[in-house]
Amino acid sequence: MSDHALNTRQAPPAEFDRRAFFTKIGLGSLGIAAAGTIVFSYEYLSPNVLYEPSPIVNIGKPQDFALNSVTMDVNSAIYLVRADEGYFALSMVCTHLGCLTAWNQDLGIIKCPCHGSEFTRTGQKIEGPAPKPLPWLKTWVSDEGDLMVDRSTDIPPLQYLRI
Amino acid sequence: MPTKADQIIEQVRASRVWRSVFRSGTGNSTLHRALAIQQNIFLHLFATKVRKRMVRFSATWYLGTLTLGTFLILVITGVLLMLYYHPSVPQAYADMKDLQFVVSSGLFLRNLHRWSAQLMVFLVFAHMFKVFYRGAYRTPREFNWVIGIVLLLITLLLSYTGYLLPWDQLAYWAITVGSNLSSAVPLIGSKIHFLLLGGNQVNANALLRFYVLHCVILPLAAILFIAIHFWRIRKDGGLYVQQSDPKAQAAAENEPAAKEAK
Repeated sequence: MSDHALNTRQAPPAEFDRRAFFTKIGLGSLGIAAAGTIVFSYEYLSPNVLYEPSPIVNIGKPQDFALNSVTMDVNSAIYLVRADEGYFALSMVCTHLGCLTAWNQDLGIIKCPCHGSEFTRTGQKIEGPAPKPLPWLKTWVSDEGDLMVDRSTDIPPLQYLRI
Repeated sequence: MPTKADQIIEQVRASRVWRSVFRSGTGNSTLHRALAIQQNIFLHLFATKVRKRMVRFSATWYLGTLTLGTFLILVITGVLLMLYYHPSVPQAYADMKDLQFVVSSGLFLRNLHRWSAQLMVFLVFAHMFKVFYRGAYRTPREFNWVIGIVLLLITLLLSYTGYLLPWDQLAYWAITVGSNLSSAVPLIGSKIHFLLLGGNQVNANALLRFYVLHCVILPLAAILFIAIHFWRIRKDGGLYVQQSDPKAQAAAENEPAAKEAK
């Protein structure tokens, strides 16, 4: 009696396995489709071509900059500084939240209008919430004798360009 | 004594066209009144019967309803503003100035949109403080509180995305600062920043993305969650009413869902 009951109960599992198999196939393909959708969405939403200005800018002849001067170029967001040791370019973009800082000639420091960060003209932080110093940017002299700055490439501080 | 106007209204309500739209039929019975609510797509989210004490001013100060009011004003004025505004770098600022100085009633609509937006953010917070301090977020209304948090976030995102559209200095730097905040997210921060702006800086792509978010995606999300929010009020036993007597409070909290949920 008990054996018979056991036999009838053993029959269904084969049926159930097939159903479970198809459930797994179905859920698996839905999962793959979902993952694909996420990848496609991400790819679609991140532009492959950007119509943004080139990071490399020509800022003029070295002799146009007076000794011990800080020149602000607001359009390209860089400071070109000519110190006794040589030339260097500093990013104007505050390392806190991306505002444009400004050179204060009277105090001889760089100040950010948004949240009050202050920097020396070599980019070192004096005060405020900025987490990092202003980065030094790669600077070189082109074949035509113009000063070039690559805004996308940072260099370690205090690497003056001597001409 | 029915007047002429009453007779005409009765005739219209009995007409075949009227009956095809409002199928609940005429009559003052409780059933007819319940059907009138139940069979209306806008009203069916609400309970067919409401206790008087729930709709008293002191129960809610009508803060939720007022928030919905500002949202409706924002949708209507926003759609009208869209007729003159181009989300492109050369035109956005000029269009905004045209709306202020050239378009008839443009200044009124723009200011109405702006002030309603400020008021909506204020009312959302006031509504949440009221719900919080009255304890209306407790069982069985926890989930509706969560929906409310989602609506708070949508409101703030609507406010934030709309801020860029005038394309003036204030807008530009606010979005520069705000989007740089997203870079602080661990690991994927810079990716989020890039996707949000559609580039590395606040530019044409960012303006267009914020425009689409502000005018299409976020309002649709808001409408969806507002609908769920209202429907849950009915499902959770109606608007919360605070009882002065603790015993009555306990009784009111035990009675809820079963009786009024439909």
